[in-house]
Amino acid sequence: MNQWAFVIAAYTVTLAGTAIVSVVSWRAMRSAETRADHLSDRT
Amino acid sequence: MATQRFVGFSIGKMPYWRCLARPAKDAALMHRFANPARFLKIARPLTGWLFWPGLLLLLAGCACGLFLTPADYLQGQTVRILYIHVPAAWLGMGGWSGIAIAALMQLVWKHPLAAVAGRAIAAPGALFTAICLMTGSIWGRPTWGTWWEWDGRMTSMLVLFFLYLGYIALGNASARQAQQGGVSNVTAIFGLVGAINIPIINRSVVWWNSLHQGPSITLRGSSIDGSLLWPLGLTLLGFTLLFGGLVLMRMRAILAQNKVEARMQRLARG
Repeated sequence: MNQWAFVIAAYTVTLAGTAIVSVVSWRAMRSAETRADHLSDRT
Repeated sequence: MATQRFVGFSIGKMPYWRCLARPAKDAALMHRFANPARFLKIARPLTGWLFWPGLLLLLAGCACGLFLTPADYLQGQTVRILYIHVPAAWLGMGGWSGIAIAALMQLVWKHPLAAVAGRAIAAPGALFTAICLMTGSIWGRPTWGTWWEWDGRMTSMLVLFFLYLGYIALGNASARQAQQGGVSNVTAIFGLVGAINIPIINRSVVWWNSLHQGPSITLRGSSIDGSLLWPLGLTLLGFTLLFGGLVLMRMRAILAQNKVEARMQRLARG
């Protein structure tokens, strides 16, 4: 049994999960703040 | 009247009125950041200061753990999973502790940002709990010969994951009752009650003789050799800083959304 396959699988799951939640959170923040700023400019 | 009866009361050399004034001062300090504008003034720069050093540290820690540390004499290469599994477990449990503290602040002190913080913590907390379960399972297959075992630590961690899912679902379902984009009081109570699982997870390996090893790192020291342990400090700190950055990002998103909704309602009213 190649132990490195398990190590790579574990790191892939962790780094992919962290990357996804980071991108989703950053995009949600950016889009919400941009919408808020646009609305402030209009009013 | 009650105060007058305790005029002579003191703790050590400190008169009673100073003891009473201290919690009031703490509460005042806590409510200083109840104003979203004041909070955002700090949160905006802090997001980057937490996120980028956190990302750098965790990547450095992972690289060191993968390439610079020796293999364990018993576990072989799979010991390297430790550097991601332990921070994920720490954040899963730490995230729920944060939810419980936020719930307490929401229910007792009516802090307006506490509900927002609780909601912001939930998704990253659930993700890291899931990562902890998955990496533990991947580690268990070559080490124990099984992907899963219903032992105390693993089962209580799975319960924590379901608690997170319940908290997120309840928070979304009761969003209309909640104020300022946070979670409702019912969700906060759920968060507070669910905190009972945290000491159970922590003590599970002591209370039940299970497949999961006992506590390796305690306040008295570590049973892990120093040559294997040092990258864990990097990944623990890195993931924790990154988690803080993620929570701030999500809080900022909720607060910006609130601002948009409030302005839209004002415009609709004319």
